[in-house]
Amino acid sequence: MSPAGVLRGIGRPVLESLAAIGRVAIFAGTILGHLFRPPFYPREVMVQLLQIGWFSLPVVGLTALFTGGALALQIYSGGARFNAESVVPSIVAIGMVRELGPVLGGLMVAARVASSIAAELGTMKVTEQIDALVTLSTNPIKYLAVPRVLAATLAVPVLVAVGDSIGIMGGWLVGITRLDFNSAVYIKNTVDFLEVWDVGSGLVKGAVFGFIVALMGCYHGMNSGRGAQGVGRATKSAVVAASVLILAANYILTEVFFTS
Amino acid sequence: MIEIKGVTKAFGPKTVLRGVDLTIASGTSMVIIGGSGTGKSVLLKCILGLVRPDGGAILLDGQDVARAERDAFLARFGMLFQGGALFDSLTVWENVAFRLLRGFQKRPKAEAREIAIEKLRRVGLSPDVADLYPAELSGGMQKRVGLARAIAAAPEIIFFDEPTTGLDPIMAGVINDLIREIVVEMGATAMTITHDMTSVRAIADHVAMLHEGVIQWTGPVAEMDATPDPYVQQFIHGRAEGPISAVR
Repeated sequence: MSPAGVLRGIGRPVLESLAAIGRVAIFAGTILGHLFRPPFYPREVMVQLLQIGWFSLPVVGLTALFTGGALALQIYSGGARFNAESVVPSIVAIGMVRELGPVLGGLMVAARVASSIAAELGTMKVTEQIDALVTLSTNPIKYLAVPRVLAATLAVPVLVAVGDSIGIMGGWLVGITRLDFNSAVYIKNTVDFLEVWDVGSGLVKGAVFGFIVALMGCYHGMNSGRGAQGVGRATKSAVVAASVLILAANYILTEVFFTS
Repeated sequence: MIEIKGVTKAFGPKTVLRGVDLTIASGTSMVIIGGSGTGKSVLLKCILGLVRPDGGAILLDGQDVARAERDAFLARFGMLFQGGALFDSLTVWENVAFRLLRGFQKRPKAEAREIAIEKLRRVGLSPDVADLYPAELSGGMQKRVGLARAIAAAPEIIFFDEPTTGLDPIMAGVINDLIREIVVEMGATAMTITHDMTSVRAIADHVAMLHEGVIQWTGPVAEMDATPDPYVQQFIHGRAEGPISAVR
């Protein structure tokens, strides 16, 4: 292959990636620009709060419960190597609220919500419902994307808070039933060790992850290709992009929050 | 009056519209015919601003639509989409009254519902369907609901995109009659795109044939059968032989 061919082979995907990042950034900027400008659609926001928040509770709760329990077992068996079994309550608590609660909650919401938003909006696009909105003097970004992004940004921190509590409870349950911890001591250790910012940072992460999930769902859905294959591809891309961005954002936020 | 002057549009290397010139007088019904993939829907979407033309101009009552204030401009239009394009998450009456429930045409909910039910009656649907969801309706009923939505805010101009596609001949006839009645009754300007020659004869005052990105022929519907234009003759008689290639 000629040097020009090699350059072309590298340059094209790089330029395409940059263009895609630019399109997502413009889309996000457009949504943020519409957040505070009328008309507002409070009914749509309420519907999405229910869809994204309330109906995600079971999956986030179950994920947190089993993760908290498994975390307690792992820390206990790992801590036993240097007689540090007593750190189980504090490490379960900090692990859940700082990392596992927001990240696993975010990923579960990405799987459930980003896919559903992308499939719904993608279907609306291929069946001309989005064109119909325009002809009915309604801005599709304002009517479809803004309520979803706003609702996800508000709902995911609440889901994270609930998930944190259930995860810590899962650790406590395993601690007192399988690892012979005293219930009162376990709870006291948990409460004494946690700081407000441990919980707060997880909630901020939750808000960022919620924004990412809805943004990816809306972006890929509204830019879906034609037919069932186009909608399928949009759904897959939304989940993959949301998941990867959540993990990347988690690393960046952890750097910002805990290493300075 | 809608004036389309030299409108061009390409998607990547594929040029769809190569300079379309067409005038639709106020209060008349123009039907655009042409083979699949000849750009009929693209032309319609260019007028509505759903697709941005590469060149040319579209004037509505002498004003360039590209410079018109969007909400006021779109408020003058109603559109029946090919598949109905009803919103799955809303009930039938909420679909019909969509424009009346939000934006600057907003009315109180009870009044909007009343208007929606009246429009549903106008298209031959009983008030019982008002609280159903679109997925609970047959294809013909969905088209009627789409039609009711298109006329709900009493637009001056109504577009119909393949209004009878996918319907049985009886239902197609019912929809054609409804379109004709409603357009005459409202005094609206109508633009329809279709392949269905029965629809053309039922709906049109004027016909335009779009072929290879330009208007190949246009004239009153009464002159369509007698025109010597070989493209029109091949199309209206559905012949495989003629100047229009069967493989496109």
